[in-house]
Amino acid sequence: MFKPLFLGPLLILLGLSAQGQTPIKIGEINSYKAQPAFLEPYKKGWELAVEQINAAGGVLGRPLQVVSRDDNGNPGDAVRAAEELVAREGVALLTGTYLSNVGLAVADFAKQRKVLFLAAEPLTDKITWHNGNRYTFRLRPNTYMQSAMLVPEAAKLKKKRWALVYPNYEYGQSAAATFKAMLKKLQPEVEFVAEQAAPLGRIDAGPVAQALVDAKPDAIFNVLFGTDLAKFVREGHTRELFKGRAVVSLLTGEPEYLEPLKDEAPVGWLVTGYPYYGIQTEAHKAFFLAYFRKYNDYPRLGSVVGYAAVQSIAAALRKAQSTDTERLVQAFEGLPVVTPFGAIRYRAIDHQSTMGAFVGVTRLEGSKGVMADYRYLDGAQFLPTDEEVRKLRPAD
Amino acid sequence: MLLHLLTALASASSLFLVACGLSLIFGVTRTVNFAHGSLYMLGLYAAVALSGWWGASPVGYWGAVLAAALVVGVLGAAIERLVLARLYAAPDLYPLLATFALVLVFKDVALALWGAQDLLGPQAPGLQGAVWLAGQPFPRYDLLLIAIGPLVLGLLWLLLHRTHWGLQVRAATQDRDMLGALGVNPRGLFTSVFALGSFLAALGGALQMPHEPANLNLDMAVIGEAFVVVVVGGMGSITGAFVASLLIAGIKALCIAAGTLELWGMAFPLSRLTLVAEFIVMAVVLVWRPSGLLGRAQATVRSPVTEPPLRALPPGARWALVLLALGLLLAPLAHSHYPYLLVLLIDVLIAMLFAASLQWLMGPAGLHSFGHAAYFGLGAYGAALGLKGLALPMPLALLLAPLVAALAAWCFAALCARVSGVYLAMLTLAFAQILWSIAYQWDSVSGGSNGLVGIWPAPWLASRPAYYGLTLACTAGAALLLWRLHHAPLGLALRAARDAPLRAQAIGMNLARLQRRAWVQSAALAGLAGALFAFAKGTIAPDTLGVGQSVDGLVAVLLGGLHSVLGPWVGAGLFTVLQDSLARQTDYWRAVLGGVMLLLVLVFPLGIVGSLRQRFGKEPA
Repeated sequence: MFKPLFLGPLLILLGLSAQGQTPIKIGEINSYKAQPAFLEPYKKGWELAVEQINAAGGVLGRPLQVVSRDDNGNPGDAVRAAEELVAREGVALLTGTYLSNVGLAVADFAKQRKVLFLAAEPLTDKITWHNGNRYTFRLRPNTYMQSAMLVPEAAKLKKKRWALVYPNYEYGQSAAATFKAMLKKLQPEVEFVAEQAAPLGRIDAGPVAQALVDAKPDAIFNVLFGTDLAKFVREGHTRELFKGRAVVSLLTGEPEYLEPLKDEAPVGWLVTGYPYYGIQTEAHKAFFLAYFRKYNDYPRLGSVVGYAAVQSIAAALRKAQSTDTERLVQAFEGLPVVTPFGAIRYRAIDHQSTMGAFVGVTRLEGSKGVMADYRYLDGAQFLPTDEEVRKLRPAD
Repeated sequence: MLLHLLTALASASSLFLVACGLSLIFGVTRTVNFAHGSLYMLGLYAAVALSGWWGASPVGYWGAVLAAALVVGVLGAAIERLVLARLYAAPDLYPLLATFALVLVFKDVALALWGAQDLLGPQAPGLQGAVWLAGQPFPRYDLLLIAIGPLVLGLLWLLLHRTHWGLQVRAATQDRDMLGALGVNPRGLFTSVFALGSFLAALGGALQMPHEPANLNLDMAVIGEAFVVVVVGGMGSITGAFVASLLIAGIKALCIAAGTLELWGMAFPLSRLTLVAEFIVMAVVLVWRPSGLLGRAQATVRSPVTEPPLRALPPGARWALVLLALGLLLAPLAHSHYPYLLVLLIDVLIAMLFAASLQWLMGPAGLHSFGHAAYFGLGAYGAALGLKGLALPMPLALLLAPLVAALAAWCFAALCARVSGVYLAMLTLAFAQILWSIAYQWDSVSGGSNGLVGIWPAPWLASRPAYYGLTLACTAGAALLLWRLHHAPLGLALRAARDAPLRAQAIGMNLARLQRRAWVQSAALAGLAGALFAFAKGTIAPDTLGVGQSVDGLVAVLLGGLHSVLGPWVGAGLFTVLQDSLARQTDYWRAVLGGVMLLLVLVFPLGIVGSLRQRFGKEPA
């Protein structure tokens, strides 16, 4: 009975904003409730991109509309959401996901149903390599690339005895394995004296820090993040684990993980991350200002990822001049996109984007951890050779 | 070594502080309080927020810790009065459903109040930094923690053994019906115990302020550990909880300190064992001592609710079922107009089948399972590995799944025939968690934390209508089988074994064998549900073995009605559809789902079907 009452104003609104055109729907799936700390900024990022693109007249003369679903943090619900988006909402393509297992599930769904899927956040190497498929592309630099960016810097430290600490699941294990293998290649005399795998989100920080102290390493490679990182850093400081030792740490420079540590942020760690406060490129400045104006908050790394994902989709739609899946796949292969981090390209060989990351050293500024002496490393430089990629990735 | 020992003692103290409140509540009210972890989380959040206002002086800091615990204690009393007190007349497990709804609500409340980002609280003033012991730094605050554990234990002991209130609590722990018969009104006692338990949970949280940031995942992270400690120690035994904390923290510390173990030429980092160390300890302890380390065998609670006898369906309900069946059969006709209908119906049917398999175990057999996901997951992995690893054709892989699950259930039932009640429920949870951790770690076989992908049905079943047909056929077959089993001599015998074990034995029934049959049948059906799930999604991950899956089944059974044949079908259908539609409507869907569930529990304290039957006398099942 009341449906027309609601629909009326809605139609008028749509008509005003979109020149009467039906929007191009993008299906977005993410673990908003399970991982809110990282996905709230991400959501703000894509909302900003959609707003900007539609204000500039949309794509192919039609506005973009993101239809977002919560996957409850598990692959089963994510696949149901994907089916719903494709079947009921009629979306042109899928994007999103944060957890690696959810990302892999949606990627396999994309392959089965022949729908394009742009994996935005998940890091597992398998999405584009071992389980790669024709319909799946990935934006963020994967675990391998992130580790590879740190290894040359780690080798320069010339430390012999290394200890590793990582969350006990695929991301942590594969980051540690990549780091060990690559460092050994650059620095054959290196020794790995301790290895701690902590349950994700439930680290026993005291015993872990103590075990690392006892191993007397010269340097530490850390893959912990989030709550685990905060607990580990506090225990490590108190037990003087970091005193006189070099620490190389994955993702720690991302504001999502560094800021909650406040004035206890570690100093002198070599990290990958996102120094939003100092990137002076035009693309980033424009993004930063627009973001700040809209939300009165600074962007996190997730914001950049969400923003760049929608930018990439818009670019692919423009290049394909169509919402047809096969044409979108062709458009995505080799697609150049200008993101807040600079120009990136979706590689045709493995569908991995060449988005990179900033590498720098952590420092305290006032009561806040920041990155210093950072530089942007282009992801294209830290990928295995085409030969190796072909070996890893099944043929389509 | 000294430092490792002290660190382990500090961990044990922290563990004990969380667990002692739960043990108290568990022992007296028999409430499986799922919200205990939420209370801990709220305690930590409140302490961080209050200390932010009151400053970092010692008075401000410790004032914040105490105030946070007190506020949550009052909240606990309110929960008991407003929610749980209305449910004591319902079967044992119903309060669990209510507390699970509260978990959902509290999580969204914390998100709304404090935001998504982790909040790192201040360190205790005067206790920052380290003291030097044996030439190495050791955190000063940990020394305080080491002292607080035994202190709280001592205070609780005095309270329980030297006061009149404590006498009543101990009496209620042993036999609460007898206490009532002796003229003690349990209402006030229950409220005060719940308030004290909540106070202790929040105190445990607030005392962790220097150790961990307040975050939204604490509730589930803590509740598992706390339950394990309580059960290992023996329900209701505070001293037992303390010993169990020492044992578990000690073993974990040992795993971490030992570093990497070389076994048969393979390096295995022992620290990985910390993923399930506590559940392995629990399984070993319970198989060895079925009532925990210091627990006593429970006096049977003379439950006020007994299952009404089975009767034939009234004609109205029969017609409704026929119509429903017709509707399900005709659903594929609507596929071209509402393509999502079949997608959702497949998930609903799988959830129903899983819940019904659990109800067969929990209802007639009275065997409570908190880890039924073990069989669902084994079915899913069995089917996936059959298809991928053994290269079986898909229909054979589908048939293999129930066999794998049934075999595992047979072994499990044989191993823990001596364990019963809540201890059995926790043992099932331990079993599921151990399987989960194996699937999570065994990269080469189970795909590790990422799981297995590419498990799609055979081409002739790949279209949604075809797969829906398969799911409907399997589920309908299982429904008819279960209906038959409920009314068959086996169903009646199981009820007899549940309600009057001694008499059942006296007339020559072999209870262990009866119950083993129920386990195997239930697991086979759960395994079938798991296999159907795997082929519907194309992907499985360790979540199929996880706590969330078990809880979904439990919620569906309780929501529909523990003691009704139709209950799990109604409960699972409602729960799945609610979750699916609410998640799309609102950002705070979890709180709304929790609120709706709370309302349903209060309106239908015997489950929807159970309460309707009681109300209208004419039983729809």
